[in-house]
Amino acid sequence: MASHGIRDQVAIVGMGCTNFIENWGASLDDLMIDAANEAYASAGVNKDDVDAYWFGTAQSAMSGIALARALQLQNKPVTRVENYCATGSEALRQASYALASGAYDLCMVVGAEKVKDTGFQGLNANPIPNDGTARTLTAAAMFSMIVPAYGNKYGVDEDTMRAALSHIAVKNHYNGARNSRAQFRKEITVETVEKAPKMAGTLGLFDCAGVADGSAAAIVCRAEDAHKYTDKPIYVKALSFIAGNGGGLTDPTYDYTTFPEIAACAVDAYAQAGVTNAREQVAMAEVHDCFTPTELLLMEDLQFSARGTAWRDVLDGVFDLDGELPVNPDGGLKSFGHPTGASGLRMMFEAFLQLRGEVPEERKIHSLAEGRKLALTHNLGGYPGEMVSFISLLGAELD
Amino acid sequence: MGHGIAATDGPSVTVGPMRGIISWGAYLPYRRLDKSQISAFIGQGGGRGTRAVASFDEDTTSMGVEAARLALRGADISGASAPEVVLFGTALPAYADKTNATAIHAALRLPAEVPAFDMGASVGSTAGALRLALSTVGNRLVVTSDMRTGLAGSADEANGGDAAAAFVIGEGDNVVAEYLGGASITEEFIDRWRSPGDIRSKVWDDKFSELTYVPAGRQAYKNALDVAGLSADQIDLVAVAAPTARIGSALAAKVGAAKVVDDLTATIGCTGAAQPGLVLANALENAEPGQTIALVVLADGADVMILRTTPALASYTPDRSIATQLESGAPLAYGRFLSWRGMINVEPPRRPEPARPSGTAAARTTDWKFGFVGSRDSQTGDVFLPPMRVSSDGQRTDQMEDAPMADVQGTIATFTVDRMAYSPSPPIIFAVVDFDGGGRLPIELTDTDLEEVAIGGRVEMTFRRLFTADGIHNYFWKGKLIRG
Repeated sequence: MASHGIRDQVAIVGMGCTNFIENWGASLDDLMIDAANEAYASAGVNKDDVDAYWFGTAQSAMSGIALARALQLQNKPVTRVENYCATGSEALRQASYALASGAYDLCMVVGAEKVKDTGFQGLNANPIPNDGTARTLTAAAMFSMIVPAYGNKYGVDEDTMRAALSHIAVKNHYNGARNSRAQFRKEITVETVEKAPKMAGTLGLFDCAGVADGSAAAIVCRAEDAHKYTDKPIYVKALSFIAGNGGGLTDPTYDYTTFPEIAACAVDAYAQAGVTNAREQVAMAEVHDCFTPTELLLMEDLQFSARGTAWRDVLDGVFDLDGELPVNPDGGLKSFGHPTGASGLRMMFEAFLQLRGEVPEERKIHSLAEGRKLALTHNLGGYPGEMVSFISLLGAELD
Repeated sequence: MGHGIAATDGPSVTVGPMRGIISWGAYLPYRRLDKSQISAFIGQGGGRGTRAVASFDEDTTSMGVEAARLALRGADISGASAPEVVLFGTALPAYADKTNATAIHAALRLPAEVPAFDMGASVGSTAGALRLALSTVGNRLVVTSDMRTGLAGSADEANGGDAAAAFVIGEGDNVVAEYLGGASITEEFIDRWRSPGDIRSKVWDDKFSELTYVPAGRQAYKNALDVAGLSADQIDLVAVAAPTARIGSALAAKVGAAKVVDDLTATIGCTGAAQPGLVLANALENAEPGQTIALVVLADGADVMILRTTPALASYTPDRSIATQLESGAPLAYGRFLSWRGMINVEPPRRPEPARPSGTAAARTTDWKFGFVGSRDSQTGDVFLPPMRVSSDGQRTDQMEDAPMADVQGTIATFTVDRMAYSPSPPIIFAVVDFDGGGRLPIELTDTDLEEVAIGGRVEMTFRRLFTADGIHNYFWKGKLIRG
């Protein structure tokens, strides 16, 4: 069994990202066209320069034709990718491997989701015919089960748990308030979080990510070609993906205080990138903060905090914008909402901007200046016990 | 008015082994409506006492399953008492055209060779099922179930009730009540009526009904006594199922039995097609060995069945007695009752309603969906819910055995409440349940209030109707707290 990775073989040379909002006036095509055109311009390439496309959407369209038609591509291979909420990340992973194989020289990745045309709240999966015995819970309910489980296991009382979760929400909205592309651009207070209506378990409205429409795109090439397109390429250090087998749902030893798929994915990603101490080497992380307790557990599964201590690191401000290891400096899913097919690329867009030093002053993180070199993006789909996990590590320098 | 046709069954003792009831189970839904709420809310109707209310996720089929599970626990169903025919009677069938008894058959995991039939959708159908089962040969599972409907503020709403009862009937030493004979008086007259699909039954005139039923009942009673070779003073217990409590007590007062069994109308209500089974079960629960019981059913005439309890009754303990279930009921607000009955529409969460279950997918997983059978890895003992073909390490395929879990209890590992997910009666209370002896399933809890739920709480499984989409009733199992 091998997972060699493609460290320093592939580079991102251009990106685009739409505003993530409830975009009543824009269609899926509009979103994809805007993100793609921004990415072409960012890399200084034309549509015809791109050899092949990977198009990630969870359920807004089917087949590569949706992208080919929107962009009026001329006889280009377009692969449609779906892998739950990690769809956008997975599309970039596939394009990167095609480049590393030598099959193509220049690829484009587009992730997009038009969520708000359903008329329903939240994310709703298209029903696949089934025998009627599957769970019909919301994701909020599934993730809410983390809170009492974690508190019980590590002896963290309810008030302290609440304070840690509220801190995550306040932090991510603080960051999002400094990002013109974010859906929610207001800082919030702990009081706002704690007085919000309850959605599931002890999770209130502000413990949950919003829902938005959006698209993000990337132009990728082999590392040796990167400087043809930009002076500031961002190199892929690791791409790791694990699809869980659902065992956690039926395994009585699973205790809802960790996501085993993500812990394993992190081990693989760090090995690919040569990371030996994530807490000390990672400069920033964009993580899948679909719910505040999700981000809490991720800090441990990504090895940023020791088991049972993430709540303390959160409260100590370790992951704040001005902290030792800023997490979700762009505002995260909490501020952006979650257009499923686009979110993974939106995370990479923030890593791309931060590593290139292109974020506005008010969103700059200190860790890069202090010598840390790696940005991590983490994207998950599914539920505790049954999820897919994606982790990338990116850097501005070749090792 | 004619006296119709008298039909009688002779005693079975003269021709073969003792035939009668081998086991029984009565099921009362968990919720009780305090009828004083009704007039306070709607300005009319109601009254004193309570009625039993089927949950939003129950119907006559699912309650029938619960009663039948209790009845089968009291019988040697894998051996001499294995049911050979299932007869299901209700006045409110979940489906027309499609047989309802087959869902009960599937939930009980009876062999395909055992036929399952619905009786017609009338209150009197269940007296027929019992008569047929008692007077024929072979083992019969009789399932009776009903939900009594009616408009808000009506007498039927207040006085009706929801319940189910089931009996295993056959021959042998384990018969707890021997059938001594029965008689019927059939009457065609306009007492109460309802078109299929309506929720409102209409009645002609209570007094007219009483004056028709009481003589018919007395005549059938006399004929049944003659067939059984008994005199009126030899009946120890009389149990009467009647359209109203008043008609029932009028008849009971005239037959001269030593004791009248509580017909449960003050606590559970008149349960229609379930009433004969329910009062018979209550009679059996209150009988001593060697006592005679007369069951009188007044529904479009009168049917009387006479039984004598045997010494085997002394060692028979119903798995969940009516008395126990009467004590354990919990109150239900009238507004919630009305929404459960479709009388008021409550705003659902703004989420998509579930799609109809796939008929073909459900047909492939009948044992799981209806029988709650998972798989157990024959090497590691791992239990999979739903069943899987491949071992958890991915190394072995098709080395599994059936893991029937419907009667296995479990413990709550963690839980939550979902205020956003679609439910016919939100919010959803949901728990991760670890089953005794292995197996875990995250599953919805029903008949449960949030403040009762705790990690470590004990749970049993119950057969429910999750939702209905495109007219397809989606049956599956939920968890339910074990109390006390």
